[in-house]
Amino acid sequence: MEVLNDFYRVAENPYEYSRELKKSGKRIIGYFCSYTPEEIISASGVHPIRLFGTGGDITLADSHLQPYCCSLVRGALEEALEGRLDFLDGTVFPHTCDSIQRLSDIWRLNTNFGFFADVVLPVKLNTESSREYFADILKKFRLDLERGLGVTITDDKLKTAITRYNNIRRSLKALYEMHSKEPGILSGRDLWAVTRASMIMERDDLLVKLSLLKEALKKGGRSGKSEGKKRLVLAGSVCDHPNVYTIIEDSGGVVVWDDLCTGSRYFEGTIEENGNPVESIAARYAERLVCPAKHLSNTARGDNIVRIVKKHDAGGVVFLLLKFCDPHDFDYPYMKEFLDRENIPSMLLEVEDSLPSEAQLKTRFETFIHML
Amino acid sequence: MAGEAQEKEKRKMKSAKKMRDIMTNYYIEAKTAGETGKKVAWITSGGPVEPLIAMDVIPVYPENHGAMIGASKMGGELCERAEELGYSGDICSYARSDIGCSLVDGGPIGGLPKPDMLICCNNICGTVLKWYEVQARYYDIPLFIFDTPFCHTEYADEAKKYVRKQIDEYTGFLEGVCGKKFDHDRIKEVGRLSVEGQQLWQEVLDTAMNKPSPMTCFDAFFFLALIVTLRGTQETIDFYRDLLEEMRGRVAEGISAIPNERYRLLWDNLPIWYRIKWLSEKFASHDACLVADTYTSAWCGSLKYMDENNFLDSMAEGYTRIYLNIGVDEMIKIVLEMVDKYDVDGFVMHSNRSCKPYSLGQYDIQRAVQREKGIPSLIIESHMVDERSFSESQTETRIDAFMEMIRQKK
Ligand code: SF4
Ligand code: SF4
Repeated sequence: MEVLNDFYRVAENPYEYSRELKKSGKRIIGYFCSYTPEEIISASGVHPIRLFGTGGDITLADSHLQPYCCSLVRGALEEALEGRLDFLDGTVFPHTCDSIQRLSDIWRLNTNFGFFADVVLPVKLNTESSREYFADILKKFRLDLERGLGVTITDDKLKTAITRYNNIRRSLKALYEMHSKEPGILSGRDLWAVTRASMIMERDDLLVKLSLLKEALKKGGRSGKSEGKKRLVLAGSVCDHPNVYTIIEDSGGVVVWDDLCTGSRYFEGTIEENGNPVESIAARYAERLVCPAKHLSNTARGDNIVRIVKKHDAGGVVFLLLKFCDPHDFDYPYMKEFLDRENIPSMLLEVEDSLPSEAQLKTRFETFIHML
Repeated sequence: MAGEAQEKEKRKMKSAKKMRDIMTNYYIEAKTAGETGKKVAWITSGGPVEPLIAMDVIPVYPENHGAMIGASKMGGELCERAEELGYSGDICSYARSDIGCSLVDGGPIGGLPKPDMLICCNNICGTVLKWYEVQARYYDIPLFIFDTPFCHTEYADEAKKYVRKQIDEYTGFLEGVCGKKFDHDRIKEVGRLSVEGQQLWQEVLDTAMNKPSPMTCFDAFFFLALIVTLRGTQETIDFYRDLLEEMRGRVAEGISAIPNERYRLLWDNLPIWYRIKWLSEKFASHDACLVADTYTSAWCGSLKYMDENNFLDSMAEGYTRIYLNIGVDEMIKIVLEMVDKYDVDGFVMHSNRSCKPYSLGQYDIQRAVQREKGIPSLIIESHMVDERSFSESQTETRIDAFMEMIRQKK
C-alpha cells in the first residue's frame, strides 16, 4: 500500500513537511490539544498543525518549567526555544489543563511566532450557559483570527471547513472501524501514522489520501494475521510512541480502539452542517467524547471506557499515562474501578518522554495478555 | 536566660489563642451539623462562599483541613491511603490527603463532616475540578461547578456574561438543595461583611511594611484561616479588628516578629505546612524576617473589583480575577509591587510539586524579579502537605547559601 508511505513521511517528519508546505506559500498555525477549533483556523485559509512535543533532550525548557511538569508541555516549549518551529506563523492555546495554561503564558512571554491566541473554553460542558459561552468564545476567536491575520472568515468558508472536517473525521472513524473488524489489514503503527498525519497534512490532500487508503484496504490491505490475538483498548492522553503498538502485537495483543485525544476523542462527533456555523462547531466540541480536563458528568469517562470495550469486543484496557499529567491521573482510579466492576482487566503504563526498554515492556504486555 | 524567656513572651501573639478557639468552635459546629439540622457544603478555598452563608449553610474547606493535616505531619500517611487506591503520588497533596481522609476519617480532627453538597470553583486550579468529581462520586451528592474562565491577559466580556449567569445558577442550586428561597437581602449584608473582612485582612498584612515588622508570613499563614473559612461573618471582622490593633500596638511599642530583623524577605506560593516552625526558626537564626507572601494576600487581592453595594454582580469579577487565575506577566507585576511595598532584600520561592498553576511560571517570575529589582532569590521544592519527599539537609544548605548572598549584598 504505497499510500501509507505518505502518511508515515508526514507523521515521522512533521516539521520537514510543514517547511515544504510553507515554501508553497501556506501560512501555518500550531495548536495544542484536541479542543482547538481547527475548523475556524482552516476557514481562515491558514493551515493548522498540532504540536506534540519532542522525543529529544530537554535543556532550554528547563529554565522555564520544573521537572515535575509533563513531558508534552516541556517538550513543546523545547521545540519552540530550540528554533525548530521556525515555520510557524502563530500558535493557539485552548484552555485545558493547568500545565497547558501556564505553558501558554510562558510561550507568549518567551517566543515570537506572530499570531497568538488563548481560547479560554469553559471547563464544564453540561449547562446551557456554558455551551452558550463556548459559542461566544469561538465567535471571539474568529474575530481574533480575522484581525490578527488580516483575513475575513465568511460563513461560507466556515461551512466548507465544516464539511471538510466532517469528512476527515468520518474517514478516520471508518478506518478505525474497518481495523476493529479486521485488525490484520493495518498494523497499529499504520493507524497511528494515519491519525497523526491527519493533524498535520494539508487537509484537502489528506482527504484524497484517506480515500486512496480506504480503496486499498477494500482490496485487501495488509495480510497480517490477527486471529488469536487479544483485542485491547488503549486509553490516555496522546500516544507519542508507535512502538507501543508494535510491542503489543509482538506480545500477542492488538489495539482495536482507543480513548486518546490523538485518536477517537479527535474524530468522534460530527458538526451540524446547516446551522449557524460557529454555534454548530461549538456544539460538536461540547458533545464529543470528553477529556478529563473538562466536565460533562461525574461518570462520563468511566461509562465511556466500558462502552468502548463492549462495543469493540475487547478483552482488556491498557492505560498509557504521561507522568505528571494531573487530569488523567485523577481519572485513572475510577475508570479502573468501573472496568473492574465489569470484570474487564486493565494495566497501567506510565511513561515520561521515553518508553521503558522494549524487553521490559514486552514482558509486561505478555504477562497482562496471558491473564486475559 | 530569664531575659530570653521574657523576650519570647513579649513577642508572642495574643490573638493566637482567640483564633484557635474560634476555629475549634467552627469545626465543632460543622461536625455537629447533623444534630442542628444545618446543611454542610464543602467548598474550594477561592470559592464564592457568601451565598452559602446567606443560606445558613456551613461551609467547610478541605484545603484548610489539608493545611491542618500538613501541620500535624499526618499528610504522608493519608496521602498513602489515596495512593493505595491508585492515585498518583504526583497529584496535589491536599487532594490526596483529603481523599485518603474520607476513607478512614483520620487526621487531626477525625475527618471532616460529611458534605450535603460540593461547591467547586476552578479559579485556583483544574485540580479542584477533578478532586471534587472524586468526592461527588464517593459521597454521591450534588456538585456545583462555578467556572471562572482563566484571565491570561484580559477578563473578556464573554467570560463576564458567563460568570454572572452562573451566580444565578448557583443561588438556584442552593435553593434546590436547601429547599428554601434565596435571601436577597441577607446576601447584601453578608457581602458587606465579606468586603469589610477582606479590607481588614489587607490592613493586617500591611502592618508588615513597618521596620521591624510586627509579624511574619508564617503568622499570616496561621491567621489566614478565618478569612478563608469565615469570610462574610461579623466574627471575622471582630477578630481581625483586634488583630490589627494588636499589630499596631506592637509597632508602637517596637515589638518585632523576630528578635533582630536585619533582612526582609518575600515568600511565594503555599506554605510548607509541616515545616513552618522549622523554616521560621531557620530564617530567624539568620536575622531574616519573611515579612510578606503572595499567598495570604490572595484573599484580599480582588478587593479592587468588589463593590459592597452591588455585591453579587461585582463578586463575579472579583472571584474570576484572583491571583492564581491570571497570567504570569500579571503575577510578575504584583510580585514586583510587593518587593517595593514591603522593601525586601530577597525572594524565597516555594516550588510546590502539589500545585502546578502556582509553580509553573515561577522561573520566569524569578528572572523578572532579579532583572528588575536585583535581589537574590531562592527556590525550595516540596509537596506542601506530604512530608515524605522533603529534604531537610538540602534545604538547609540552600538557605544558608542564600542568606550568605544577601548578607554580602547588603
Ligand atoms: S492533559 Fe496531561 S499530558 Fe496533556 S498537557 Fe496537560 S498535563 Fe500534559
Ligand atoms: S494546592 Fe494548587 S493544585 Fe492543590 S487545590 Fe490548591 S490551587 Fe489546586
